[in-house]
Amino acid sequence: MIAAAAQIPVATSASAPRVRAALQDPPLLRAGLIAVALGFLALFLLLPLVAVFTEALSAGLGAYWAAISDPIARAAIELTLVVAGISVPANAVFGIAAAWAITRFDFPGKSILVSLIDLPFAVSPVISGLIFVLLFGAQGVFGPWLLAHDVKIIFAVPGIVLATTFITFPFVARELIPLMEEQGSEEEEAAISLGASGWQMFRRVTLPNIRVGLLYGIVLLNARAMGEFGAVSVVSGHIRGLTNTIPLHVEILYNEYQSAAAFAVATLLALLALVTLVAKRVLEWRIRQESQP
Amino acid sequence: MSIEVQKLWKRFGDFTALRDVSLHVEPGELVALLGPSGSGKTTLLRLIAGLEYPDAGSVSFDGEDATERSARDRRVGFVFQHYALFRHMNVFENVAFGLRVQDRARRPSEAQIQARVHELLDLVQLEGLARRMPTQLSGGQRQRVALARALAVQPRVLLLDEPFGALDARVRRELRRWLRKLHDELGITSLFVTHDQEEALELADRVVVVNEGRIEQVGTPDEVYRRPTTPFVFGFLGEANWLATTVEGRKATVGFRPDDLELSLGPLEGHAFPARVRRVHSFGPRAKLELVAANGDAIQADVPAERVRSLSLSPGAEVYAAPRELQVYFDDVQSGT
Repeated sequence: MIAAAAQIPVATSASAPRVRAALQDPPLLRAGLIAVALGFLALFLLLPLVAVFTEALSAGLGAYWAAISDPIARAAIELTLVVAGISVPANAVFGIAAAWAITRFDFPGKSILVSLIDLPFAVSPVISGLIFVLLFGAQGVFGPWLLAHDVKIIFAVPGIVLATTFITFPFVARELIPLMEEQGSEEEEAAISLGASGWQMFRRVTLPNIRVGLLYGIVLLNARAMGEFGAVSVVSGHIRGLTNTIPLHVEILYNEYQSAAAFAVATLLALLALVTLVAKRVLEWRIRQESQP
Repeated sequence: MSIEVQKLWKRFGDFTALRDVSLHVEPGELVALLGPSGSGKTTLLRLIAGLEYPDAGSVSFDGEDATERSARDRRVGFVFQHYALFRHMNVFENVAFGLRVQDRARRPSEAQIQARVHELLDLVQLEGLARRMPTQLSGGQRQRVALARALAVQPRVLLLDEPFGALDARVRRELRRWLRKLHDELGITSLFVTHDQEEALELADRVVVVNEGRIEQVGTPDEVYRRPTTPFVFGFLGEANWLATTVEGRKATVGFRPDDLELSLGPLEGHAFPARVRRVHSFGPRAKLELVAANGDAIQADVPAERVRSLSLSPGAEVYAAPRELQVYFDDVQSGT
């Protein structure tokens, strides 16, 4: 017995010199899986990004600059900034209000509201655009009234803002609801019992507590607001220099076989995506830092 | 400042948290609200603080009705069970919060705030930790920050929800003694919620026993422990044995504590009853015995270990057991009255 027991370690150390964890795959399989994952990533994410920049610069730096500084392109960039400048703050406020209502109060229809918030993510953006055409278009529900009062929504900037705001509604609320649910309302109750007014409580306690989550939602919201194509395409009317956002402008250039110019303008959106990714990483890191006890 | 609670009712959906609760707390008293979880004690505390509003009834301070007043205007210090420290503020800013949010007219100057906060941190023995964030503190330290923060606005009443619930046993005992001392120094009317009878009995001037949304009994620790008026209070305040019997021709239940039992081999004076020993568990100076009464009821006894040796008790032995003190509860009298 004693001899056998003494032999066991010798036998194992001879056959398997290194100890392998129970769940570790054989080296060959591991290398294969990593290669597949990285290859996939390169093919579907990295390659298109590189292609955008090489195509954009294929006609030289001068052509690149000309495509971006073209007055119509400038108008598209400005419109995109205006739309994002309205949609992002509006949705940040709506998102905070919705998250507040859902996490702090009980009211009839609350679960319906929670599912409704996701509606813009669930329907195709084209349908979202069509909804606004059906409501505010010349043949739409409010069409005659708007026509009579000379208010233009469809094929004008207000329609683009509405469609973009609708599409991007869920970002902030989605981010804040679980966060505020987890944090609970005790700190807010403490603030009130210490004599804070509702506004003081919100500004000094609630807002600082949700700050990072809110920024995270806004970064994603902004990326989508600037990049939205489908819904905006339906309501915009594609009037050059007036109702074209960057994505719409890219499409027009591409359809007119000005592919170098199309890719040049597209690099703006690609850069936005890169900035968004970096901001997202930084904020995620901050969230992890803050949630650590 | 006295607290007067009259005929409070509170429902949450189908659940009735408080049923017709009335309570009076004298100025400067330290009162414990004791009861099992879900008994409504925390709800009562939150109603007094104004964090919830009652469905019926009133809350007044010093005879002045405060039922409709918001928590903001009640000047009640509330210490939350999990402290609810502002996570993004350091200890100093947490304590200063109540001073900083005052209207411009009443708000102290920055120098006065500095002085007041340091005085409070000194009081709760956290002087060196003003710059720490809440996450860098131990449970006991967070608890004391929460207390200092509540005291900063000079509340008329201090309410504490399970103040020692989240602490380990040693810190809990230390903090309990410290809180009693602090209360005696400050003399502020205080009400705290606990489910721990030992804590309530040791710390409070008076104990309010709450069960299923009703107040079962109010009294000094000695009163509620020695003369519990309902079987619930008797059972909740310590270990209890129950025997069904008849007293003066009425069906009744008799309750007595395991450590109030006298054991003997022969018949005893008083209310002795025969029983058989089922198990003996002896350690240190005390011995715990499981007995079976003649009617089959299990009885726990807690006697000096020496007594077990002198009677040489072992499983199967026949003994007589006599409660030195017992409580009689008639079955035809509704509990709680």
